[in-house]
Amino acid sequence: MGRVVLVTGVSQGFGGRLARALCADSGVEHVIGVDVVPPRGDLGAVHFVRADIRNPVIAKVIIGEDVDTVVHTSVIASPGRAGGRTTMKELNVIGTMQLLAACQKAPRLRKLVVKSSTAVYGASPRDPAMFTEDMAPKRMPRSGFAKDAIEVEGYVRGLSRRRPDITVTLLRHANVIGPALDTAMGRYFTLPAVPTVMGYDARLQFCHERDALESMRQTVVDDVPGTFNIAGDGLLMLSQAVRRSGRPTVPIPEFAVSAVGGFFRSSRVADFSPEQVAYLTYGRGVDTTRMRDILGFEPAFTTEEAFADFVRGHTPGLLDPERIGAAERGLSGWLRGEARHG
Amino acid sequence: MADAEVIPLGARGRPGRATGRRTTPSSAARSLAPPHRHPARRDPADLDTGRGTGRDTGLSELTREPAGPVESRGEPSGASGPVAPPEEPRRLLDLERVIVDRPGGGQGFDVAAAIARAAREVFGDDWERRLAEMLAFARRRITGDYAVDEFGFDAELTSTFTMAALRPLAEHWFRIEVRGLDNIPTEGGALVVANHSGTVPIDALMTGLVVHDRAQRHLRMLGADLVFRLPFVGRLARRGGATLACGEDAERMLAKGELVGVWPEGFKGIGKPFKERYTLQRFGRGGFVSAALRTRVPIVPCSIVGAEEIYPLVGNLPSLARLLGVPYVPITPFFPWLGPLGMFPLPSKWLIEFGEPIRTDAFAGDAADDPMVVFNLTDQVRETIQQTLYALLVQRRSVFF
Repeated sequence: MGRVVLVTGVSQGFGGRLARALCADSGVEHVIGVDVVPPRGDLGAVHFVRADIRNPVIAKVIIGEDVDTVVHTSVIASPGRAGGRTTMKELNVIGTMQLLAACQKAPRLRKLVVKSSTAVYGASPRDPAMFTEDMAPKRMPRSGFAKDAIEVEGYVRGLSRRRPDITVTLLRHANVIGPALDTAMGRYFTLPAVPTVMGYDARLQFCHERDALESMRQTVVDDVPGTFNIAGDGLLMLSQAVRRSGRPTVPIPEFAVSAVGGFFRSSRVADFSPEQVAYLTYGRGVDTTRMRDILGFEPAFTTEEAFADFVRGHTPGLLDPERIGAAERGLSGWLRGEARHG
Repeated sequence: MADAEVIPLGARGRPGRATGRRTTPSSAARSLAPPHRHPARRDPADLDTGRGTGRDTGLSELTREPAGPVESRGEPSGASGPVAPPEEPRRLLDLERVIVDRPGGGQGFDVAAAIARAAREVFGDDWERRLAEMLAFARRRITGDYAVDEFGFDAELTSTFTMAALRPLAEHWFRIEVRGLDNIPTEGGALVVANHSGTVPIDALMTGLVVHDRAQRHLRMLGADLVFRLPFVGRLARRGGATLACGEDAERMLAKGELVGVWPEGFKGIGKPFKERYTLQRFGRGGFVSAALRTRVPIVPCSIVGAEEIYPLVGNLPSLARLLGVPYVPITPFFPWLGPLGMFPLPSKWLIEFGEPIRTDAFAGDAADDPMVVFNLTDQVRETIQQTLYALLVQRRSVFF
């Protein structure tokens, strides 16, 4: 008998694609997609149920449909889509609490997969270069998505204590990036000129959207409990990434950062929450040894390749690497030619 | 350089090292030799070895990185002495030709030809390749086409830029003498532990340079969190290969086979008053020893003499330091009285000695969790450095020579 999988957040790009990918899997009999709003795209064989996970109705769906695996992907990273920080927090934290409460009551449930983020490690100058899964943040994120993610993880751990028979897997993805995905980080790198914090250069790590999807799919199919960092190999410096996207940087002095961030937020160009500014100041790296050795997942993209793929999917900036390369070839060729003739 | 007298005048247009001993060009020179475009005015191999043959002076000096140990820098002048005089008139002629040859005699200035000529003046006959390399380097930096490791270390920039910027300071200002280079392992992880002094951590930069130039390895430094909190400083530190001085990072670097440098005295050492010079402060909590024990790498004690005198710290402004959130605000005989001029280090004579490595692989597997072992080993390292410091001080003739 095949498995019945419930996926939350299917109306967002990522959840929807994950649900479709799970439908195609032979080990999965039935996929139920849940979200507050109807999906925009085609969900294929996914059975969509319009339900709010902040509402006890979700428990009826889980028990009524004999769900044995719950995949929670609806923790959202930026308030823009939800319509404000209050709604975002409610969706993330209260939604997760309700969902987990329903999971605890479901007798046939045997697996829970939660998509978290490396944002739980925070970002500060006292951080080690690479975080392993058992390290705690040096400076607790006090607001925004990072705090939500920490709280969500806390509730998930609570459930795994109370229901030891459920296999709980928590995947902490680095910044997911890709040509088709609309994320805060993606919008940041497509600004015509990219603001950075003057005097700092963050170490960034990316996870390609396909790797993020594949890691979730594989986790649903295989049974590996635990917490895992998911990221592409290697790192990019912020300055390096901006240059690769061919855009000029605008260094902003530290004291003016919050004002500039506020301006961007109010003009709805980009959203710089305090924890995102900290990340773009100090950067963060996560260790992926456990991902390889225990989870057995091998990302197809390195950080560099993931970013290159993201850049390919967007219009090149003013300082397009192609253009610079052509300028270099032109200049050296011209010099050489002139020197021969002159 | 005992054979300085028998060095012939240049390589006589042949590829080779111009030492007179070699009759066949070195493999490096063969690949560099241009395919007979011009009668070689200047030998390409000279440019790379940087050995003075007296035939390239002036402009080419600017582009060449000063290489080789300090001791050998002064001597070749004797060798090139007899060769230098005929060079000057020829160079003048070259310049004249550039001016006279200009096409059209004032009817439009030929920029490209002038650039090409200038490039030839600067880089020699090999200018096309060198210019192409330089353009490619500039393109890589502008487009971000370079690699950094997981600590943010940018090896290309460090080797070509940072080290070249520090080299004159090390060789001509501090005239660093290095001993015990054989004690630095040529490969694999090792932990270099050194004394810290000098108000500003120039001693760490100099040790990094010495290791880079003479042991051909990158010294990966461990820095206090203040370093990474400060704008610009933290950025430069990460680029140069430094990371936070914490157990996790130290062990990670050592396990990857890096040569890691640590200054366990920290701010206590670097900000101590001048009257306490060359007395080691407490060596932290011995965290560096546990890291070495866990990764089973040798500890190389390193004693640095000379850094204490670059900025003699005679006073401190603790209240201003608290206000700024830094460990101390220094007062030296010249700072802040002379303003920016007082920020220039005094030209003390430096001696750096790398001691015999202390092996840690003979200890039991759980020795890193045994505080007694850690304390004893910490004391041993500290005592070794202290004794070497005293010995070096006796050997140094005076502070400045």
